[in-house]
Amino acid sequence: MSMVMKLKNISFFAPWFRLVNVETRQDQINSLLKNIGVPLFAFMIFLGLWHASANSVVTSLGKVPGPSEVFVQAQSLWGEYKEDKVKESEFYKRQEVRNNKKLEKNPDASVKWREYRGRPTYVDQIFTSLKTVFTGFIIAVLIAVPLGVLTGLSQTLYIATNPIIQIFKPVSPLAWLPIVTMVVSAVYVTDDPMFDKSFVTSAITVTLCCMWPTLMNTSMGVSSINQDLLNVAKVLRLNWFTKIRKVVLPSAVPMIFTGMRLSLGVGWMVLIAAEMLAQNPGLGKFVWDEFQNGSSNSLGRIMVAVLTIGLIGFLLDWIMLLLQRHFSWDKTAANR
Amino acid sequence: MNDSHLIIDHVTMDFETNSGPYRALDSVHLKIDKGEFVSLIGHSGCGKSTVLNIVAGLYQATKGGIILDGTEVNEPGPERAVVFQNHSLLPWLTAYENVELAVNQVFKKTKSKTQKKQWIEHNLELVHMSHAMHKKPDEISGGMKQRVGIARALAMEPSVLLMDEPFGALDALTRSHLQDSLMDIQRDLKSTVIMITHDVDEAVLLSDRIVMMTNGPAATIGEILKVNLARPRHRLDLADQPEYNGYRSEVLRFLHDRHAKPDVPAKVA
Repeated sequence: MSMVMKLKNISFFAPWFRLVNVETRQDQINSLLKNIGVPLFAFMIFLGLWHASANSVVTSLGKVPGPSEVFVQAQSLWGEYKEDKVKESEFYKRQEVRNNKKLEKNPDASVKWREYRGRPTYVDQIFTSLKTVFTGFIIAVLIAVPLGVLTGLSQTLYIATNPIIQIFKPVSPLAWLPIVTMVVSAVYVTDDPMFDKSFVTSAITVTLCCMWPTLMNTSMGVSSINQDLLNVAKVLRLNWFTKIRKVVLPSAVPMIFTGMRLSLGVGWMVLIAAEMLAQNPGLGKFVWDEFQNGSSNSLGRIMVAVLTIGLIGFLLDWIMLLLQRHFSWDKTAANR
Repeated sequence: MNDSHLIIDHVTMDFETNSGPYRALDSVHLKIDKGEFVSLIGHSGCGKSTVLNIVAGLYQATKGGIILDGTEVNEPGPERAVVFQNHSLLPWLTAYENVELAVNQVFKKTKSKTQKKQWIEHNLELVHMSHAMHKKPDEISGGMKQRVGIARALAMEPSVLLMDEPFGALDALTRSHLQDSLMDIQRDLKSTVIMITHDVDEAVLLSDRIVMMTNGPAATIGEILKVNLARPRHRLDLADQPEYNGYRSEVLRFLHDRHAKPDVPAKVA
């Protein structure tokens, strides 16, 4: 097989080859128009409608921002981040010069190396949110998958736990948060905390809200395992642990991934609310602070946050889908 | 009396249903010698699979039991390997890994790593699957999956090989290829085989004895036909032989005349 043929089979290159090849060019152009052109066109219409309707609503903080105002605010947030980066590097430069001077005079002098402490920028807040949601999500998966395997294996355990799961599943993060806050304050007492309380509270709230889809899907995946495969395990006399590891878990992997995808989606959604109340310095707190701040820019900046939240949620789902395609043996499950 | 390789000793099987117990099998009694190829034939629902599952240990007989080489067996084990009707390969493992799972379990302590690898490859070669041993079940045809299923069972070095309609889901051409492969393997390995089938030609071609079962409820062995055709057997040569056709019609008469399925009109073949 020639190099060109090999490249043709790589999905990334395939459309380009079809575009170059005269015979397939028209098809490829049509497909591009349909798959990229149509969504782009719809997005333009959306922006137009937004622009037209936004300015007709006047609030106490001024007009509802249209796309162009939001774009300006996004630029200004990015500018603030850039500015802060410059400040940070200047701070470290000054510190180095100062300390080196001290050491030149007296090599034994004790010098202090301080960390830069600026106000968290928008980009910092995004990363705080991501860190919080993944912490909550990972705890949720660590609890939900083993529990799901157990309830999937035992009919009795399933019947026993199902009502509890059904009751807790629809509870809003806003209802959990006060309880979690009080419990964390009571239990998490150290002089030198590794994590902020607000971070722990937000993450645990995310866990409580997002573990259910993984738990239920794992349980369903395990209980719907093909009886023939279990018979194979019996004929081979696999012990309990090997049976779980080699037969039951892999068999449930497609369902577990579906559950995890749903969980991460739920987790990201509830995180914003949790951060608002817990004052965890992420996107939720950003929205809350802007709302309290009430400047003429606030609505535009909140709108930037709304779009960021949506975009990151979309990206997280896409990453989970790629992971699912990569790790799951049932390739059809990932297309659902 | 107890010197037979495998004894299905007066096995009776009742299933609990909502309307009381349902007797599926009534006193099924059969002795099988080492290296013998026995097929069970009967209409669907006559309990053939139940017999096989009891021998495999997947079901427990209500009365009677299974004696293998003088010892009663009650639970599943690799010495009674099963080839399932729909291959039952683990879909996330390649052909090689599917066989490996069995080999690692059965020869955990008795074979070294290299020996295990050789043994896996040897068994896949027996069923002519060497060329596709690193493919997953999704990527190979139904016939190839069934071949891997057979390789997995053979790799357990079973004293009895149990086959539950192994070729039932395959097209006629693939089926005859696999039947030929199975005959070759059995000639070389001298394995004891119990095979369920509802294909009369398959039963006559492969078996030393054909066990014909009556219809349920309370199904039992109706007749046993000894097939005295010389081995190796070739399907083309047999087609013209009067003995072969005699055995065929014997089985057909049993199935469609004396023990016709009650809900289908009897017809003589």
